Amino acid sequence: MLELKNLTVSIGRKKILHNISFDFKKGKTYAIMGPNGSGKSTLAATIMGHPAYELNKKSRLLFNGKTINNDPPHKRSEKGIFLSFQTPLSLSGINIYQLMRYALDGKLDPLEIRKKVQKYAKQLKISEELLSRSLNEGFSGGEKKKLEVIQAAMLDPEIIFFDEVDTGVDVDAMRIIASFINSLKKKGKTIILITHYNRILKHVKPDEVIVMRDGKIIVSGKKNLADQIEKEGYEGV
Amino acid sequence: MTQQYTDLEFDYKFGFAMPDKSLFKTQKGINNETVLAISKIKNEPQWMTDFRLKSFKIFLEKKMPEWGADLSGIDFDEIVYFAKSIDKQKGSWEDLPKEIKETYDKIGVPQAERDFLAGVSAQYDSEVVYESIQKELDKQGVIFCDMDTAVQKHFDIVKKYFGTLIPPYDNKFAALNSAAWSGGSFVYVPKGVHVKLPLQAYFRINSERFGQFERTLIIAEEGSNVHYIEGCTAPIYTTDSIHAAVVEIFVMPNARVRYTTVQNWSNNVYNLVTKRARADKNAIMEWIDCNIGSKITMKYPSIYLMGEGAKGEVLSIAYAGNKQHQDAGAKMFHFAPHTSSRIISKSVSKGGGRTSYRGLVQVTPDADNSNVFVSCDALLLDELSRSDTYPYMKIKNDNAEIQHEATVEKIGEEKLFYLMSRGISRAEAEGMLVNGFIDPVVKEIPLEYSIELNRLINLEMSGSVG
Repeated sequence: MLELKNLTVSIGRKKILHNISFDFKKGKTYAIMGPNGSGKSTLAATIMGHPAYELNKKSRLLFNGKTINNDPPHKRSEKGIFLSFQTPLSLSGINIYQLMRYALDGKLDPLEIRKKVQKYAKQLKISEELLSRSLNEGFSGGEKKKLEVIQAAMLDPEIIFFDEVDTGVDVDAMRIIASFINSLKKKGKTIILITHYNRILKHVKPDEVIVMRDGKIIVSGKKNLADQIEKEGYEGV
Repeated sequence: MTQQYTDLEFDYKFGFAMPDKSLFKTQKGINNETVLAISKIKNEPQWMTDFRLKSFKIFLEKKMPEWGADLSGIDFDEIVYFAKSIDKQKGSWEDLPKEIKETYDKIGVPQAERDFLAGVSAQYDSEVVYESIQKELDKQGVIFCDMDTAVQKHFDIVKKYFGTLIPPYDNKFAALNSAAWSGGSFVYVPKGVHVKLPLQAYFRINSERFGQFERTLIIAEEGSNVHYIEGCTAPIYTTDSIHAAVVEIFVMPNARVRYTTVQNWSNNVYNLVTKRARADKNAIMEWIDCNIGSKITMKYPSIYLMGEGAKGEVLSIAYAGNKQHQDAGAKMFHFAPHTSSRIISKSVSKGGGRTSYRGLVQVTPDADNSNVFVSCDALLLDELSRSDTYPYMKIKNDNAEIQHEATVEKIGEEKLFYLMSRGISRAEAEGMLVNGFIDPVVKEIPLEYSIELNRLINLEMSGSVG
């Protein structure tokens, strides 16, 4: 459903991703692993359309068979791509309801939005008080990630990139988030977990594990690849 | 002087239409005769005529301010200082610039109101609403009328307060206003009376309330409470190039006055306004000031905290777009013990717009245990725009508690990317961030205004406002 063809990406003159080709298939769950600076987050941000990342001429991004190279981020979002941020930014004076009202303008009425957000918040064990505060302002790591997960569910995309949704989160919160992601998985969403650790993969089982290094995909394999990395480190693969 | 009166006779014949033609208009430029003529048309008492003439002399003597925004573009000889009609000369809807019409559409201004704002009609038809409110006010002994009427009907009160807080020699534009003033509101709230509904110039917007040289005077007697609102978010289209208003407010012991301004001038206007309030013992004065549009705005609402325990607050928003300069801020003077002041200023610049925060807080040796809080935040939307901060503090008392915060923030690409990744277009995302930024102040203004203001900001961001 999401096809990367010869993806080469640079920021200014510096190349960050080198000739990556991969096909994310509908309904599957993937894990992208790799050491710091290997290009995992860049890959996700590029797919979302971050303006700082430039694709070279040969690079192709295809979503459901159509090129999205020139789509700005909001068009990609409308088409069904979602990125859960590694470090969600704080928004002064804008709470989750307001954000979702803008995001779902014309698709869902404000009352429905409110109800749905509250329902998901309950599932994720977030206090209702947090929902009417400026988004991410003074939120804990776990709270921030949970609010990202809520947005993923609200926007109802086809493919979701979770960039380190398990970092800065305590064990309990991680379990709650993982089980929520599993429910999205059950709805047939394509899920990509970008992670350093095997931890979350014990709860959300990937169909395929991709290992990145120096801006390239160096290997991909089944779930046991993640176990191997846990034991031997990235040097072992 | 006698010589000038003779001149007036001459000028009067040629410079003014006769009353039965329903239109008075002075010639361009201002001199003693113009000032006298204005006073004469209004049939004012000698006291006011003298006040105007004295003020005009001061205006001529006063230099232009040498600080602040660039006012070199003002040509005093090109201004028509007074125009009045009973059946006001109608502009044509067709003559209005396209952008202004489109903005009215997008904000959803009712047609009757549009006509007034655009100068097409002189009176906004809300007499019914207005009259029921007027009845209620009369019952409470509250006086709410236009300033011209007040000079005729309530001269004793007017004379006692008029020009005492902002005397003509305060600054060149206050002097000009004192000489040429016309219109504005007069509000008198008797002892202990709480006016429940906000008084809105809006209820009876007519040519008397909106003017180039409006003059507003509010007196809140002991223990009374009133909220006055002026302006609207719809752009006020005017061919006048200068708006120099004066607003004086007297807040007696234990009284409370809130004065809210939401203004959106068309971008040919120099908006130079002097606003000052005096707060007595345990009185509370609040200025809420939202300035959008205009070519140049210079406005620093000030509060003289004269009585023990008096509180003052200025919350302001300034938005400057292309070729606009908003030089705005606040002044607080602590003259008594246990007084406290709070200034919260939010400014936004886009497309080469410029905002300046200019503030002065003074704490005198008498003002023991006073409390000062100043926070000014600027938001820049692009590299072309500019923001400066000039916060002056003159603290002459050792036990005053002073807090000052200032931030300048750029709307970052990362925040925009975050919002866009949620399916929100760039222009909408900018609008959201700006509205979020000004939210702490917007929360304080009445709902119908805040909704319009948010909508207007969104329009400004999408570049669809001229």
